[in-house]
Amino acid sequence: MYFNCIFNFKKISLSAVFALFFAFFTLQAQAQDSIDSASSVEKMVVKEDHPEHHEEKFDPTVTILEHISDTHDWHLWGHTSIHLPVILYTPAGLEFFSSGNFLNEHHESVDYTGKYNTYRNEEEHIRVIGADGKVDEQASAKVIDFSITKNVAALFIAVFIILVMFIGVAKTYKKRVGKAPKGFQSVVEPFIVFVRDDIARPNIGYKYERFMPLLLTIFFFIWINNLLGLIPIFPGGANVTGNIAVTFVLSAMVLIVVNVKGNKYYWSHIFKPDVPFWLLPIMWVVEIIGIISKPFALMIRLFANITAGHIIVLSLISLIFIFKTLAIAPVSIAFVLFMDVLELLVAFLQAFIFTMLTALFIGSAVEEHH
Amino acid sequence: MVGSIAAIGAGLAVIGAGIGIGQVGGKAMEGIARQPEAASKIQTAMIIAAALVEGVALFGVVVALLGNNVGA
Repeated sequence: MYFNCIFNFKKISLSAVFALFFAFFTLQAQAQDSIDSASSVEKMVVKEDHPEHHEEKFDPTVTILEHISDTHDWHLWGHTSIHLPVILYTPAGLEFFSSGNFLNEHHESVDYTGKYNTYRNEEEHIRVIGADGKVDEQASAKVIDFSITKNVAALFIAVFIILVMFIGVAKTYKKRVGKAPKGFQSVVEPFIVFVRDDIARPNIGYKYERFMPLLLTIFFFIWINNLLGLIPIFPGGANVTGNIAVTFVLSAMVLIVVNVKGNKYYWSHIFKPDVPFWLLPIMWVVEIIGIISKPFALMIRLFANITAGHIIVLSLISLIFIFKTLAIAPVSIAFVLFMDVLELLVAFLQAFIFTMLTALFIGSAVEEHH
Repeated sequence: MVGSIAAIGAGLAVIGAGIGIGQVGGKAMEGIARQPEAASKIQTAMIIAAALVEGVALFGVVVALLGNNVGA
């Protein structure tokens, strides 16, 4: 049994060799592919002479990126979508109009002339159109987009759900002091106790109480947004926690809280570590990178996990459209179901990890010297 | 071409994470088998370690994704 380490080592080196092998293999295949696609382009051009054979080619990459990115309208089904308001800050003043103005009655994209400029929706970036009918880059750079986009609307829905949940529960707690939890209270209580007993107390120590509001907010905000993201129809479906701006703000809050609440031991560990004096300049650089990189990792982890989950589910569904047959649908649906169940776990796990690491960082910042 | 190299990068990152998380999970199993009463503590530590490994791998995936989009 003690030869395990040798086997382990062999396995690792084997997998590394396989990785390299596959890397070159795919490179070659790709090289061949590009030659093939060059000839197929010629074929397509020939085909276009017969309009009845012409068919729009399905590009999974474009479709998937379209679904995980932020948009100015919330697509429901077919040609039906909720047109969310567009709010633009221009040097001349505020513009406020519906994003439905970017579509005509045939659902083709058109330019919209507002109060101050003409605007065009170019891949969900709103650009100013000059007098010559082309995008005016200089004027576009000055316009700041404050629109209620799909992600912002989903954020409002999530915040509304959280408020309804917790204001109600808080009221019951005030009314029923010292009594057993009742109704919805008994759904929420285990999670709050979980955050307190398994996340806050072991990592922060006896000062955990003042950080409970922050940890609970982070936990439930991430979890509810993750779950809403898994629902494919209207109130869900937006990729809120898979948006780097949202996770950036969350981790920026963690950065601020950790460094504002850091005590003198935390700062002396950064600026006066127990090393020879000539090492100090290097240590300062390393420690300051450490301060920044911890929340940065939090940001990337949440963003990449949720985005990767959405991409996998969407690419499994795309299989139906790539093979253009209904026969693949049962396979695709089975895999999507499997992935969705896995994503349910990931949704909870990511909320847990984010809260846990936040508690860990706060704990190391408020720790007393020993 | 850029897309395929980005895909190779993502694949290599996933191999690293797979080995890492496999090691973390395997060792945690061994630990729990030896000391079943410490299972909950080992689990928590395991999840944190797995998340850290995964985070590094996801850096690779994000860079691959960005490289893909910028190159295309």
